[in-house]
Amino acid sequence: MSAYLTGLIVILCLNIIIAYSVFLPAAAGQLNLGAAGFMIIGAYMDAYLNSADDGLGLPMLLSVPAAALFTALIGFLVSFPILRTRGVYMILATFAFAEIVAGIVLNMEVVGGASGFPVSSHAELEDLLPVTIGVVLFGFYLISTRFGLAMRSIHDDESVAILFGVNARHIQVGAFTIGAFLGGLAGALYGHQFDYIEVQNWGILFSIFVLLYVLIGGTQTPWGPLIGALFFTFVPELLRAVGDATGWELIGELRFAVFGAIIVGMMVLRPEGIMTRTFLELLFRKVPQRSPQNPPNNMEGV
Amino acid sequence: MLIAQQIINGLMLGSVYVMVAVAFTLTIGMLNFLNFTIPALFMVAAMITWATTAAGFHWLVGSSLGMAVAIIASLIIERFTYRYMKAKYGDATEHALPLVSSLGFLIIFEHVVIMIWGTDPMSFNSPFAHAQFSIAGLIFGIPQLISLALSVALVFALSLLLKKTRLGRALRSIAEKPDTATLMGVDVGRIVPVVFMMTGFLCALAGILFTINYKNVSPYIGDHVATNAIAGMVIGGLGNIWGAIAGGLIIGMVEVLSIHFWGAEIIKVPVWGLMLLILVFRPTGLFGHTRIGKGKF
Repeated sequence: MSAYLTGLIVILCLNIIIAYSVFLPAAAGQLNLGAAGFMIIGAYMDAYLNSADDGLGLPMLLSVPAAALFTALIGFLVSFPILRTRGVYMILATFAFAEIVAGIVLNMEVVGGASGFPVSSHAELEDLLPVTIGVVLFGFYLISTRFGLAMRSIHDDESVAILFGVNARHIQVGAFTIGAFLGGLAGALYGHQFDYIEVQNWGILFSIFVLLYVLIGGTQTPWGPLIGALFFTFVPELLRAVGDATGWELIGELRFAVFGAIIVGMMVLRPEGIMTRTFLELLFRKVPQRSPQNPPNNMEGV
Repeated sequence: MLIAQQIINGLMLGSVYVMVAVAFTLTIGMLNFLNFTIPALFMVAAMITWATTAAGFHWLVGSSLGMAVAIIASLIIERFTYRYMKAKYGDATEHALPLVSSLGFLIIFEHVVIMIWGTDPMSFNSPFAHAQFSIAGLIFGIPQLISLALSVALVFALSLLLKKTRLGRALRSIAEKPDTATLMGVDVGRIVPVVFMMTGFLCALAGILFTINYKNVSPYIGDHVATNAIAGMVIGGLGNIWGAIAGGLIIGMVEVLSIHFWGAEIIKVPVWGLMLLILVFRPTGLFGHTRIGKGKF
């Protein structure tokens, strides 16, 4: 496998993990624009625990889960104030959280401040791949459980879900905390892949992109973040390849602009994301059963 | 004395945030839509002003061109973010769609500008570099003072427009409920572009004034200014234009004073900490209404 492809798959794996981190709250109706915050916490905690010189010198096998758990704890604690807000306010609150985390880490001399922090041990793609597959399977499992059903019901209509006895608050805090765990995991693994972490890598644009993975992929089914991350990782590279192959360098240079146009077009054509419940049914439906008693339910989930 | 100078500088910086914050608060208040194309409009106007001036034209030519481009771009954005979704789904704001489309536009604009002019910060040769005077040892830059006066005057004019005119009444009815406004005979399809034109105008003006005052442009200036303006808008209360004035000026002062006392590294913590505290404990902001911006997305 060429180094280019390996690098691309590493980025894809990290994108998938962070996409599930944002997907879980989004599946419960909470838009999280603070993916960067959790990733920073995970990356720095892991690097600190892992570093023999400045930190505790724990092996990678311990430091990564510990960092992810620590991020989950932070996520649990901040979920109470943040989940008091909703809609636009929630987007802004999570964004503010990410900026505050970046601001605090930027001023912590123990982890290098603005100049970044080196990560001692390096992980290969072979270590990253099983974790990613595990995260995807976990995402699918979680959505299939009763907890996942409650999440989806809150996403569709919070008041009705509460009327039916769903404890919306518990579910949302749970989804947010698990999301934080995955965000921390992604951050920790990022550090072990690239051997050096800097807060500047995780700005507003990063959080925006991660939110787009999820919204373009679709929040209705667990396929959404997977497809969104695949789409966002490969389409710009594909556009570059097309630009090289056809000799129209403009396509390669403008690939992100083309990509933005694709996003706008996507919202026009598939507003609920690429993968929706009706689309899934269409793919895996055996025989269309139509009878006057059971009219087909073609309602697009709103 | 040094502190007084810093407070003046903060107010001057805040006046740029005020205009962008008013642009944000207008779209949120009227359409319940967090418009992420605002940083792009701001940046495009600033870059065009710089580029035409650097090419040898008078700065007025450059800024008019920048403003025209921003307003036209904003109208194009309206078609794809708001109008289309509205036609297709009734109340477009129930969905995250306009938000995502506006993020798409942000990506388009930033990368087109990067492709044309590169990512390096450019210095703008301001025609008013030395236009300043001092009172009792405090230095006032004339362009900064003008932009402060302009932003207050604009918001005053805007609030008059909203209160007294037919257009203002139509806009307020759309803010209440677009469907009812339609029933009452308001042509929503024709009024909404006005909001977007105002957005484009305010962003472009802020971008041009920022370029003239701080003599520095780059494809990323919009992000910094717009995020601070968002913080200002939240502090003032979503949907409230007078709140946006106060919030923008407060953020400008917080930024300048925290740089003065604690250095540039820490700047994010006070600005966003203040915003998060307000969001959690007083989500209406200092002057806001509770209803606006509380829909699903």
